Amino acid sequence: MNKTPYMNPYLAGFFLGLTLLATIYITGRGLGASGAVKSTVVAAVQTTMPEHAQNTHFYKEYSAEHPEPPLKNWLVFEVIGVIIGAFISGLISNRLKFTLEHAPKTKAKVRIAGAIIGGFLFSFGAQLGRGCTSGAALSGMAVLSTGGIITMMAIFGGAYAFAWFFRKIWRWEE
Amino acid sequence: MAPLVPDLIGNELNYVIAIFIGIAFGFILEQAGFSTSKKLVGLFYGYDFTVLRVFFTAGVVAMLGVIILGHFGMLDLSLIYINPTFLWSAIVGGLIMGLGFIIGGFCPGTSVCAAAIGKIDAMLFILGSLLGVYVFAEGYPIWEGLYKGANWGGVRMFETLGVSQALFAFALTTVAVGAFWAVRFVENKVNKITGYKVSNQKVYLGLSAFALLFGLATFALPEKREAVMKNADKADVSAGIAGMEMTADELAYRLLDQDARVFIYDLRTKKEFDYLSLPNSTNISVQSLFEKDTRKQLLVKNRINVFMADDDVLAGKAVYVAKELGYTGLRYLTGGFNGFNRNILQYKTPALAATGVLTDSLRFRQTASAQLPELIREYKAKHAGSAKKASKRVLGGC
Repeated sequence: MNKTPYMNPYLAGFFLGLTLLATIYITGRGLGASGAVKSTVVAAVQTTMPEHAQNTHFYKEYSAEHPEPPLKNWLVFEVIGVIIGAFISGLISNRLKFTLEHAPKTKAKVRIAGAIIGGFLFSFGAQLGRGCTSGAALSGMAVLSTGGIITMMAIFGGAYAFAWFFRKIWRWEE
Repeated sequence: MAPLVPDLIGNELNYVIAIFIGIAFGFILEQAGFSTSKKLVGLFYGYDFTVLRVFFTAGVVAMLGVIILGHFGMLDLSLIYINPTFLWSAIVGGLIMGLGFIIGGFCPGTSVCAAAIGKIDAMLFILGSLLGVYVFAEGYPIWEGLYKGANWGGVRMFETLGVSQALFAFALTTVAVGAFWAVRFVENKVNKITGYKVSNQKVYLGLSAFALLFGLATFALPEKREAVMKNADKADVSAGIAGMEMTADELAYRLLDQDARVFIYDLRTKKEFDYLSLPNSTNISVQSLFEKDTRKQLLVKNRINVFMADDDVLAGKAVYVAKELGYTGLRYLTGGFNGFNRNILQYKTPALAATGVLTDSLRFRQTASAQLPELIREYKAKHAGSAKKASKRVLGGC
């Protein structure tokens, strides 16, 4: 079976914009993703190392700001939805497949290392920047938050600035 | 008036809604092609600008939507979450995210999408993300200073730049539309496509014009607040509020009569209000007339909404704004609280009248001055400790 082509980007953007607008209208907050990662880590640490969590500044501060259990978090539920939604989309468009995707000339272990390091850096940066591409950049732009727009420019500006150094791992053409 | 959470939609139901919103979010991201790093990274090497098209379109649509809903008073902008600005952590965090993006080929949201359709590289990216948070948490004291430094609060970009919201929104829309056209040339150049004819050129031209028109329309949609406040600040609003006066005697009479319809909006300072306030009153500011809590009070049916300030001017302004916003049953206290205090609460029988026969009005004031303070005390005792439940700004963010 052939993969279905992707949706027209402007149409997808329009729908994404409406989803974000509906989110703000209903809940008063925007979309996000990295917050769910944070909740997961806090929950894991609190469960496996309860004493450590009670004595460490970060987890104490988190618990003070979030009286509810860490997994009872809006973004955790939202990300569960993202998994479902993306799966449905992959299913109807014939894109479900276990694969380690990398450029033809990039070795698999380079891609593996890159994915882990990249995830590490992105999520570390998202803690510092109080949100990622969804929570800070996109949702921040919708409400014209100064911090969100600055973070957005820093993410994309940073990626462009560093792109040259990593060009060899992303050679798909030829 | 939105946001619908937590009044119309409870906090628990909100979690169910989160799942449905997530489904839409994930579905759209996957359909747009955000589940492959090939497409995402294309943005940074110029061979595929899908990310820019989707992202900018979504941002502009949502931004214009928020402005329009705010203008028509359908969304209380004072309650929605505005990502706070911490200058240095926003810049440093953003740059680190950019580095992570170009090395890992995903961002958190897209990695979840890609993992959901079986991309192993995305699952590894998520593994790295979990480690990233863990290290951030463990080393938190080291970067806490950077994290919390230069706190500008929930400022908005147009305020920071000192321009109007409309101008900034229009500029952003223009930049987005300009970028949509520009990236096609870059894309074709990088992909070595020559003589490429755009299909549906007319449709895209039309859409661009439509987007720009919408951006331009924001100039015609100043926040309702600004427009109404400007009119209210004009010297003469009296024509607009004629017939809405309520004298101190009438108010005193209604209070003594325990008229349950009377609800007083007290515009004095909180300190004055806490020191001495009338029964059935709430302390507000003119600004709060645009907000959800005051709106809820004003929408209660069959009420006599009495605005009261120290004097007539502020009360008149408030009643004018309320009328412009379409509320009914509006009155304002003439002579202000000062007059009410002088003529009713602190009523002293004039020396002249003491000798002769009291007029009806003076006799009433004498009675009122004896009974009202007692009523105020009773009301205060009954409602002491029942703190007002105010809507709070939604807490969001990652």
